[in-house]
Amino acid sequence: MNELIFFVNKVLVSGTVLGSIYALGAVGVTLIFGILRFAHFAHGDMMTMGAFVTFVLASIAASMGIQTFWPTGFIVLPFAMAIAAGLALGIDRAFYQPLRQRGAKPVTLLIASIGVTLMIQGLIRLFWGVEARSFFANEPKDLIRIEVPFEGVRPIVISEPQILLIVTTVIAVVALHLFLTRSRLGKGMRAMADNADLAKVSGINTRQVIRATWVIAGGLACMAGTMLALDVTLKPDLAFNIVLPIFAAAIVGGLGQAYGAIAGGFLIGFAETMAVFNWSILLRPFRQSWPDWLPFPADLSLVPTEYKLTVAFVILVVVLLVRPTGIFKGAST
Amino acid sequence: MSLIEVSNVSAGYGGTPILNGVNLAIESTDIGVIVGPNGAGKSTTLKAIFGLLRVSEGAVLLNGRDITNAEADKLVPMGLSFVPQEFNVFTSMTVEENLEMGAFVRRDDFSDTLASVYEMFPPLKEKRRQKAGELSGGQRQMVAMGRALMSQPKLLLLDEPSAGLSPRYMLEIFEQVIKINKSGVGILMVEQNARQALEFASKGFVLAGGKNRFTGSGRELLDDPEVAQSFLGG
Repeated sequence: MNELIFFVNKVLVSGTVLGSIYALGAVGVTLIFGILRFAHFAHGDMMTMGAFVTFVLASIAASMGIQTFWPTGFIVLPFAMAIAAGLALGIDRAFYQPLRQRGAKPVTLLIASIGVTLMIQGLIRLFWGVEARSFFANEPKDLIRIEVPFEGVRPIVISEPQILLIVTTVIAVVALHLFLTRSRLGKGMRAMADNADLAKVSGINTRQVIRATWVIAGGLACMAGTMLALDVTLKPDLAFNIVLPIFAAAIVGGLGQAYGAIAGGFLIGFAETMAVFNWSILLRPFRQSWPDWLPFPADLSLVPTEYKLTVAFVILVVVLLVRPTGIFKGAST
Repeated sequence: MSLIEVSNVSAGYGGTPILNGVNLAIESTDIGVIVGPNGAGKSTTLKAIFGLLRVSEGAVLLNGRDITNAEADKLVPMGLSFVPQEFNVFTSMTVEENLEMGAFVRRDDFSDTLASVYEMFPPLKEKRRQKAGELSGGQRQMVAMGRALMSQPKLLLLDEPSAGLSPRYMLEIFEQVIKINKSGVGILMVEQNARQALEFASKGFVLAGGKNRFTGSGRELLDDPEVAQSFLGG
């Protein structure tokens, strides 16, 4: 029974947490690709930037003596998301829009976004240094233990930020779904992702759609980055390290498909945690009846933890070979 | 003052211009049909009117207002709608969502217009929850025309509405075009099926080499031996 709880803690909880972060990031990547047709490489750093915005706001709130039942970083999140959305709009205005107006090719925009990556990371290092920081320097990080109704069995352990992360992801996904299927602007966004020329001909204000895309992508990136920083620590390369699985999630889900990106995020998140999980733990209860001639396996994980990132690539390669447009049939360009 | 007036327009995609001084004028009671050989600049004329490529010379006037090189999202609220020949529906969206996108520029209640589009194209009402990409070619054309009507245009530009359709669908589309025109919407269309289209056209324009060659009523062009010989296949 303890082994099963261990599985829940290590795979179900971790997989959901990782999947949520990937999903929130991949939605932004896929929306930007759908509307602007380029791979926004700087998305990971937009997440990190969002986390730092939250960190600054949380520090301000702490210095004002604001302390609540919830982690301060979570309380200030809506404000941080608004600021991050504004920063995303500013980055577009300053770097991508001038290129678009000159009719730049998608690959030029991709290279520009690599430049933005370096710039954001540089600015963060310039202002905050390279060390890791914690949102929980001055407040406790609560662990929630869910007791299971069995004698002498360990509880399911989940931290407060992890629960908040899962809940906010669900809310964000539902809100995004309602926006895309019910609102005028959301439908216009889908129309532009479907057929940009026809959207223009229909009179859809494409500049407004582009702005909405950056607001949503920037806001969700801030949410994902903050949640990641709340779960682990805040450092300048926080989300740069996961930009590749995020792209894998977006591509696996079908580029341009918001729901595909969410599914892809959870798929990659769970695949990574399951690949590094030591499955021999689940065999331990059978140790007594284990046949003598078969050595009991000590480590049954598929890949060592440090090679976790390769999992995303294996899935990506397999999906591209079997179904090149992704699970949800996205754009092939 | 005409509903739309194209005077001496030259335009192209950069490089050599495709249009070299095209003239035409349409009233709201007109069905104008542009015919001519391949590469004559028929579709290009519609695109130039709709600001989809740069007009280098001449002017486009809508109700006397200069709309030369204006952006589409400004033109649609002014009463201009365009149905491209290809890729003219949002394939991943439902029929009803496609129609709603046609009304994107409207902030008022458009349920009446939606009802009248469904009345005009009954198959669309039946399939309104279906993805437009799953429809047949003829039904897609209905979605495309319905989408263009949702903004309540004064002038409808149609680029080869019968392309790739069976004769039965072609006649149905033509009938709807005449009906739309009777409801007070001016029509300017490019058509490969020139003879059939000129039958009901009140104005016909024969283009060749990016210039007007003949202009007259549909009947006049059909009866002109030279037009018939050179452009309508004898």
